[in-house]
Formats: sequence, C-alpha cells, structure tokens
Amino acid sequence: MENKFVIAVYVDNQAGVLTRVTAMFTRRGFNIDALTVGETERREYSRITISMQCDDNAKTQLINQLKKLLVVKKVEVLEDEPIKRELMLIKVENRSENRSDIMTAVDVFRASVIDYSTESMCIEVTGQPSKIDAFVKLMQPFGILEMCRTGIVALERGANTLFND
Amino acid sequence: MQLNGAQILIRTLIEQGVTDVFGYPGGQVINIYDALYEYKDEINHVLTAHEQGASHAADGYSRATGKVGVCIATSGPGATNLVTGIATAMLDSIPMVAITGNVPCSLIGKDSFQEIDITGVTLPITKHNFFVSNVADLADTLREAFQIAKSGRPGPVLVDIPKDVQVAKYDYESQPIVEKTPLPKVKESEIDEAAALINEAKKPYIYVGGGAAGLGLGADILAFAEKIGAVIGCSFMGLSAVPQDSERFLGMQGMHGHYASSMAQNEADLILAVGVRFSDRATGNVAKFAKKSKIIQLDPDSAEINKNVRVNLGLVGDVADAFARIAAKCKDSAKPDWFHEVKALKAEEKRFEDEIAAANTAPLTPKQVFEIINATKPKNTIIATDVGQHQMWTAQYVEFGGARQFVSSGGLGTMGFGLGAAIGAYVATKQPTVLITGDGSFGMNLNELATAVTYKIPVVIVLMNNGVLGMVRQWQTLFFGKRYSNTVLTRQTDFVQLAKAFGAEGVLAETPVEFKRAFEAALKSGKPTVIDARIDKDEMVLPMLPPGGAISDIITKV
Repeated sequence: MENKFVIAVYVDNQAGVLTRVTAMFTRRGFNIDALTVGETERREYSRITISMQCDDNAKTQLINQLKKLLVVKKVEVLEDEPIKRELMLIKVENRSENRSDIMTAVDVFRASVIDYSTESMCIEVTGQPSKIDAFVKLMQPFGILEMCRTGIVALERGANTLFND
Repeated sequence: MQLNGAQILIRTLIEQGVTDVFGYPGGQVINIYDALYEYKDEINHVLTAHEQGASHAADGYSRATGKVGVCIATSGPGATNLVTGIATAMLDSIPMVAITGNVPCSLIGKDSFQEIDITGVTLPITKHNFFVSNVADLADTLREAFQIAKSGRPGPVLVDIPKDVQVAKYDYESQPIVEKTPLPKVKESEIDEAAALINEAKKPYIYVGGGAAGLGLGADILAFAEKIGAVIGCSFMGLSAVPQDSERFLGMQGMHGHYASSMAQNEADLILAVGVRFSDRATGNVAKFAKKSKIIQLDPDSAEINKNVRVNLGLVGDVADAFARIAAKCKDSAKPDWFHEVKALKAEEKRFEDEIAAANTAPLTPKQVFEIINATKPKNTIIATDVGQHQMWTAQYVEFGGARQFVSSGGLGTMGFGLGAAIGAYVATKQPTVLITGDGSFGMNLNELATAVTYKIPVVIVLMNNGVLGMVRQWQTLFFGKRYSNTVLTRQTDFVQLAKAFGAEGVLAETPVEFKRAFEAALKSGKPTVIDARIDKDEMVLPMLPPGGAISDIITKV
C-alpha cells in the first residue's frame, strides 16, 4: 500500500551533493513528489526535505540507499504529522470584474499581494500543501499567468531535533 | 617535506601499501608519470595496451588478493576508457582506486581539449568519487579513497586530479595505512534468533556469495555445514570461496547452476545467505524463489536486505563476526535424511550430465577441455574468464584449489574483462594463471596480449573457439526460433598466427589429445600462450533456468 511521507536528510554542504542524491533516485527508480534543500543550524550541513509516496518496501529501500551515500549524514522519516510548510508565488490576471473575488480569497487564505499592476497581481501564499492546492484551484477561473511552489520544508513537533533523537 | 601534487599522489600510494599500478600515460597525467619515473624502485607500473585493460587488471589484481587495485588514466578518453572497468568492479563489490588526470582548474567547464566531467560520468558506478581542487587536500583525499574502497561492502573509488593540482607544491608527511572502518556488530538478540531458526531447520542450505568469498570464510562455512548437517551452494560470485572437495558442496545455483544446487535450494526449509545479493540471474522469478524456505541474510549493506527477495531475518554488520557467533550457538545435528535427499539430487544431476556427454560426438567438447584443465593445473592456479558460455562452463566444471582463484565479471558480465584481469591477477600473485575465453570476448580486448608479452606474464589462454557468439546463439536457439541474428562470426582470424604476431605462443587444438598436449606445454613454457581450442558452435550451457523462470522451468536437455 502506498503512503505519503516526508523524509529529512542531512547532507554535507558541498558542491555536487544534491546531484548525488537525485542521481540515486533516478538510478533506483524512486519517484519523488517534491524536494527542497537549504541551509541548516550547522554550517557544514544542508537539509534536504523529500516528500513522496510509495509502499513500505520502497520506503525502507530508499532510506537504506540514502544512508549508503557518503555525503549523507543522517536520514529520518518525519513521523507523527510533522509541521509542514510550503510557499507559493502565483501571478493572476487582474481584471476589474474579478478583483474583489481575488482580494477576498487573499484575505481568507491569509495570503498577501506582493506585486500589483493594471494587468496582473502577484500573490504570496504560505501553508500546508493542501492549502496551497486549494488556493490554486480557487484562482484557476481568474486566469493563472504563472506560478511557482517551493516544495515543502518540515520539522518535527516538540523539542526533538534530528541530531538528538 | 615539500612535494608537488604528482609526487604526493605517488608517495601516498606507496604509503598505502600499493606496490603495483596499471595505467596509460597522457597529456594530463604527464606529471604523475614523471613522479612514477622518480619512484620506480618503490612502485611498479604496468603499461597496458588500453586504459580499459588497466582497469580490468586493477580489478583482477584485487580479486586475486583482496588488496585495493589501482589504475591510472589521463583525462577525457583515457578516463572514459576506465568506465567499463570501474562499473565491473562496482557490480561485483571489488575494492579499486582509479586515478584520473584532468585539465587545469582554470580550463574546467570550458570544453577544453580532452576535458570530461569524469566524476559526473562515474557517479552511479563508483562507491564514491572525488574531484581534488586543492593540493592541500590531495593526500587525505587519497587516504579516504582507500578507506572507502576497502571498508564495509567494498567498491571502486575514483579520484580526479586536475593538472594544476599535480604541479602545485605542498607539505607531505607519510601516514600509516588506513584501516577499514569497523562494521557494527550484530545484536545478540538477532544472533539468538538466527541460531534458533537454524536449530529448528530440517533442511538447511548455506548460500555463499561474493561477500563471503571476500572475507575468506570458506573453511568456517564448511565446518559449520558439517556441524549442523547443512549443504552448501553458492552464487556465481561465491565460487572458489568454499573448498570444493566436500560432499556437502553442491556448486553454483541459479540460471546455469548445478541442478542439485538449485533444486536443493528450492527444497530447503532454511537458507542462510552469506554475502549474497539475490541477483536475478541467481533467483529467476523471485515470486517463486525458495518458497519452502525461511531465509536468514547476513550482509554488511543494509540496502541488500529485502531488496530483491524478502527474508525472514536480515542481519546487517560485521558478517564474519556474526557468522562465528551464530555458529557457536548452533547445535550439532547430522540430518542424514536431508543429506540423502541431496545425494539423490546429485545422482540425478550426474545422470543428466552423462546423458548429454554421451550424446555429444564432437571431436572436442567443453567438458573434455575442463576435465583436462582440472587434471593438469597446479592447485594454486588462478582461473580468469571472459563472459559467455565459456564462463558458465568454467563456473560449472572447474575445481578451484582455493579462495580467490576465480576471477570473473559476474554482475556486469563484461566481455573483454578476462585478459586484463588475468594479467592483474598474475602481477599480484605470480601464481599460474589461466584465462578461459571465447572468440567473441577475446576479440574485444586481445590487444592486451602485447602487455602479457612485454611483462613476460605466462598466462595460458584457452580460447574456446566456436565461431559464434555462443551464449546469445543459445538464447536464439531456445527462445528465438533459431534466428541467428549477428551471432555467427564469419571472421577469418587465425588466432595461432595472431598470438605469434604479438610475440606470444599460439597452438591449435582440435581433439582432447591435442588440447592436453598444448595445455601442459603452455603451463611449462613460461610464455603467454593462446590455445585455439575448437569446439562445436551448437554446444549449450545446461542446465538452464529461462530468464524470469522458476525452478520448475529448468531445462536439462535440448
């Protein structure tokens, strides 16, 4: 049975590390939904957050294959509903007949308009991936010109960290 | 002591216990070759005919000894010519360090002459690789490369060194040989669990792979099998690991394995798998593999547990230690019923073999060739092979005299591997070395005959010449309605003359008498010799489990 889950990976903060990780996914045939990478509380490491869905066998295999990469320092599946956030920038058509509907949506979703022209509006939305999905759906009738999503970042709840588990 | 990068490289190789390297010079490794010239009394360089030969030689060197094999090539085409050899080592978990030169850092990324991103190219076929951009990191990077190559599950590591780093100067201080990173010990509770499963078993089968061969566990495995009344089978990579004169040893299982070995594995109620990875060539259809059996798997690599075959108990860590601890906790048990059952399978196997042999009226058969080789070769002979039918016959028929005597490309199945590997094995051991090859495989890298002649490497090359690409032809015969697409070699190569042109010996053998005479003479001659042994184009490797098939699909005669 396929499950959705999030994996956090600490890797060496060096050139070419992301290539090693993603090349392994390609080579082993793992399909990932989203991947983000960024700095961490420790200079020497970057943190890769991977969201994907697969069965338990594939999940175990993925974790074991990740651990084999010499640039990977720590791998952890974030269990028990971690805190997940994603950011999206979305550019929509700014037509007078839709403007107030768009602004209402922005208000309700606690999004913000970060650029405004007579033809378009650019909106920033942050939240759970499901919230972002809902916002995109809402904007579709108004005409989406362009959008980009960061993919999720995630942390465990409570005082636990990857290194003191 | 201030040295340039090239000198630091060679000094570090020497420091790490390297006595022989294989390679080929070129524009971006001239400095390295200059340093090799300087230190030639301390390190021996073997110039091959082609970089691919150097990579296979480093691999053969490692397989025959367990030491880390080292090869050197220049940037661009030199580096890409190593690729097949590196991939071969990767698939068989062979420790190797490949050194490549590259263009100076200032020219990297500019599509400079002979510039290739070899760390990018070799990313999926190395255990790890390095691009050294600073001479200050060079010695430690090399030490790390050796440590990675030989620790845990071994594998190849590539170190790419741009020209300016070879030229730049830095302090060098000799360091001790790096130790393997210790593997975690398997938990006591898991050892107990394994011992309990083994003590319950009525039909235990110890399945030995390349991991066990690499650790030299053969004698311990045999003693354990006798203690618990188990039989022993091995994967292709496990060959030569276990002493073969025991009645408990059934030989290779799998696609072209011994009938009794595959059948016993299928009948077993417990398989103790030591250092195997359940390759598709070994298991056939995994859904139908060993259904009556519980499986315990010992491996240093956690990713091998449940990768291809679901196991009941996967023990990850120090395999030799875990094996010894399990063995100590198992009860003595003779299990005569199981032994008799297996003996009956062996008798059946012999009947198949005899039937096939009796029906074969060719003037010289593969079986005869191997009977002569077995009867003639010294006990410490290393047998290298290429890939194809001759390789499978070698796996089936050769009686190996000890561990690390079988040098053959299992996982990658690299035609053209054998001659380079045989040269490497001989350089490492100076033991009698025989290459079993076919006319297809030999044609791929026969240029290394020049290397054998230059360095007076007396490899005996048994060329099983059938004028066809026999293994593919066999599949075409069995599964493609005898449509022999591009497998009939209508070449006019005279291998005897070819050998002589290289400065080696060449001799034709068309009958057992001729072959015996030629083989004995070649072993005595001290010269590289090609024996052009003519066999029939329709010889088959049997038994055969069709690809993706189950044990019930086994083909024992055609």
